[in-house]
Amino acid sequence: MTRWIGQNRGFAAALALFLALYLSYHLMHPRGFSTAVLVQNSNELVAIGFVAMAQTVPVLLGGLDLSVGAIMTLAACVASWLLDGTPLQIAFGMIATLAVGTAFGLLNGLIVVYGRLQPIIATLATGAIAIGLALLIRPNPGGNVDGDLNWALTNSVFDFAETYGIGQDGEATWLAPFVNIPLPLILLFGMACLVWLPFKRTVTGRTIYAIGSAEGAAFASGLPINRARIAAFTLAGFFAACGGLYLAIQTSTGNADVVQAGAYTLNSIAAVVLGGTALLGGTGGVIASILGAMILRAVSFYFRILDIDPLLQPLIEGIVLLAAVSAVAFRTFRVKNQLELFR
Amino acid sequence: MQGPIVELSDVSISFAGVKALEGVDFACHAGTTHAILGENGAGKSTLIKTISGVLKPDTGSIAVNGREVRFAGPAEAADAGIVCMFQELSLIPDLSVADNISLQRPPRHMGLIDRRAQIARAEALLARVRCEDVDPRAMVRDLSLSRRQMVEVAKALGRDPKVLILDEATSALTQKDVETIYGLLDELRADGVCSLFISHRMHEVEALCDRLSVFRNGRHVETFGKGERSDAEIVRLMIGRDVTAKFPPKPAPKEREPVIRLEELRWENRLNGVSLSLGKGEILGIGGLDGQGQKELLLALFGVLKGVEGKVTVGEGDGLAASPHAAKTGRNRIALIPEDRKTEGLMLSLSIADNIVAAALDKVSGRGVLDQARLDAAIAEGMERLQIKAGSTEDAVKTLSGGNQQKVVLAKWLMIAPDVILMNDPTRGIDVGTKQEIFRMMRALADEGKSILFYSSDYAELIGCSDRVIVLYDGRVVSELTGEAITEEAIVAASLNIQGEMA
Repeated sequence: MTRWIGQNRGFAAALALFLALYLSYHLMHPRGFSTAVLVQNSNELVAIGFVAMAQTVPVLLGGLDLSVGAIMTLAACVASWLLDGTPLQIAFGMIATLAVGTAFGLLNGLIVVYGRLQPIIATLATGAIAIGLALLIRPNPGGNVDGDLNWALTNSVFDFAETYGIGQDGEATWLAPFVNIPLPLILLFGMACLVWLPFKRTVTGRTIYAIGSAEGAAFASGLPINRARIAAFTLAGFFAACGGLYLAIQTSTGNADVVQAGAYTLNSIAAVVLGGTALLGGTGGVIASILGAMILRAVSFYFRILDIDPLLQPLIEGIVLLAAVSAVAFRTFRVKNQLELFR
Repeated sequence: MQGPIVELSDVSISFAGVKALEGVDFACHAGTTHAILGENGAGKSTLIKTISGVLKPDTGSIAVNGREVRFAGPAEAADAGIVCMFQELSLIPDLSVADNISLQRPPRHMGLIDRRAQIARAEALLARVRCEDVDPRAMVRDLSLSRRQMVEVAKALGRDPKVLILDEATSALTQKDVETIYGLLDELRADGVCSLFISHRMHEVEALCDRLSVFRNGRHVETFGKGERSDAEIVRLMIGRDVTAKFPPKPAPKEREPVIRLEELRWENRLNGVSLSLGKGEILGIGGLDGQGQKELLLALFGVLKGVEGKVTVGEGDGLAASPHAAKTGRNRIALIPEDRKTEGLMLSLSIADNIVAAALDKVSGRGVLDQARLDAAIAEGMERLQIKAGSTEDAVKTLSGGNQQKVVLAKWLMIAPDVILMNDPTRGIDVGTKQEIFRMMRALADEGKSILFYSSDYAELIGCSDRVIVLYDGRVVSELTGEAITEEAIVAASLNIQGEMA
């Protein structure tokens, strides 16, 4: 345990920060803690959470992916056409949406590896392409998403079970401990646990960390560098598409909003840093970035319960973000050998 | 003798028009330990990179067990049983020791890496290199350089080599580890493994190797069995000329006015009360086993460490520098030749010229603007003074051989005209010829009145170069030797802190 904290200081600091922020939010909340508030908060977390997960993987390589917000937007626009009809059609729509985002990520990876471009510039270009495609698909905001699906996925486990008639409409005893958990949280963490944790334990996953940590050593050790790069961007595309899919279900619309896409990309970088993942690569992980996204969201929740001029919101958010990043970077004050700061 | 396990025929490689290997025929056999000797830029590194699949030959062919091969990369070479321990360590700092040891072919369970099996495997391999004290769960970045090198050995062993290439494998090791490696090489030889051994330490080569190959200027000069050539002959083959004295003569011991005085210097748990004085024009050697506080002592004097306690007097009553910038610009300018030239000494992708002037930009600029004429003059002076061999000063410094890179580091620091020069193992991984040039330069600087504090892991260097030697043990000075008293026995005894029993 002590070792774990020693090796994951950034994560531990972010966890402490989030708990402090979120618990005091609930204490200050006029109606106190309630499932409804938790469900609402979770809903707002999912899209940025997925996009932060997406951003993490290229960052672990030591690169940035500026297209994650755009891929999310494109996926949402695709989903807004396909999530209606019979259950089979809806399932197909979901798979198609995820496939579009994944393919876009794969494209990023191929360009970075075989086009030998810097990730930051390659994804700047492909991000613009993704937004362009999204605008073609959805020139105006709109869409049609199955109402049951929207209700079931954006509420608690009980509502999900009731909507689809699982576990005696949510009344079954085995379901009782879980009924109040917001389904969005299950989707977010479930995806992280089902996709990321196993992936981290593959040779390809470990190679991503190795490249970010010491690329020359990774090559000299004969690791599959190209495969890992392509996989990292592909996975980023997949996670971004998950975010887009959820956003479409949550809002029942697709909206090719350029500004929103850019904001998601930048916030994803902030979330990654807050979670303690090094921008130079090599250390950190996807779960930590979800935590980073949770911190970002927790900060914005305060504006609802405190009477602050909305015009001041970006300013205050910026200051809080700066303070939070500084707090996570606190380790630099304790380093006794100044050379270690540059390693 | 059966056919060679690896055979190169007429292999040539050139980089940007410069021939690194030219028409090389080379063969090595199973069950031998084969030394490769040569000066800087003789082609040793290029040779092993070619054999281990990092570089592809321009012409010629490589055969393994009589079959011609073309490796696409180090992974394929490793599959063919050719495993290389690179001089630049191939470990990933942000992964654990166990992860690193099983990096390429981790044990798996249902397709995923089996962490428990991986740790067991790491423990077994670490035990084989007698490093049971290394925790397989520790991050490699938290290990000392010598431990990292041993992890590298364990990693190489774990790949079941048929041909094991050791490039300067012992350069950062403690004496105990070196003996472990000697033992391992004997075991491997008995198992029919061919070890290719590159070292600049002659006595290691003599103790270990059955066959020796000498390279010079990218050509294979000669291969012969152990004992067929005398040391002097080997050195002549390597550098093509006779070498008389290895170390420049020392002046007679005398009283010197102190430039730096330390009393009870303490830092964390690494320095536990170091007291010493460094005289003007003196070369003071620091000895001792690896990791006894030598590096920390140098870093503390250069202002890198925070929270140092104790009384420090530099020159006429100045205290300890607060930062490297303060150290180099103080009334008594201090320079540090760092341990790792690739990360702390040089900006590898910048040009030779940029590196040479990097520490002394204030001397070649007026009101913050660089003056091209003074810049050119300074660079020309640096190149001349250290006789750096390079095509152009605009080439990136990473294109130079190790010895020439180290000369660039020296040139950079001499540019600030330092009064005190701290040197952390300045000859690590450097060929004999350049080593001798560096020793001569050190003596010349001392004669000019500069003071040199010099750590070396090689006792012969301490004996040959220093006016005085102090030996550190557990962050304290346990012995001080002057003049005739500087002997290998005395240093070794003090390093092990056993002089009490010896006396």
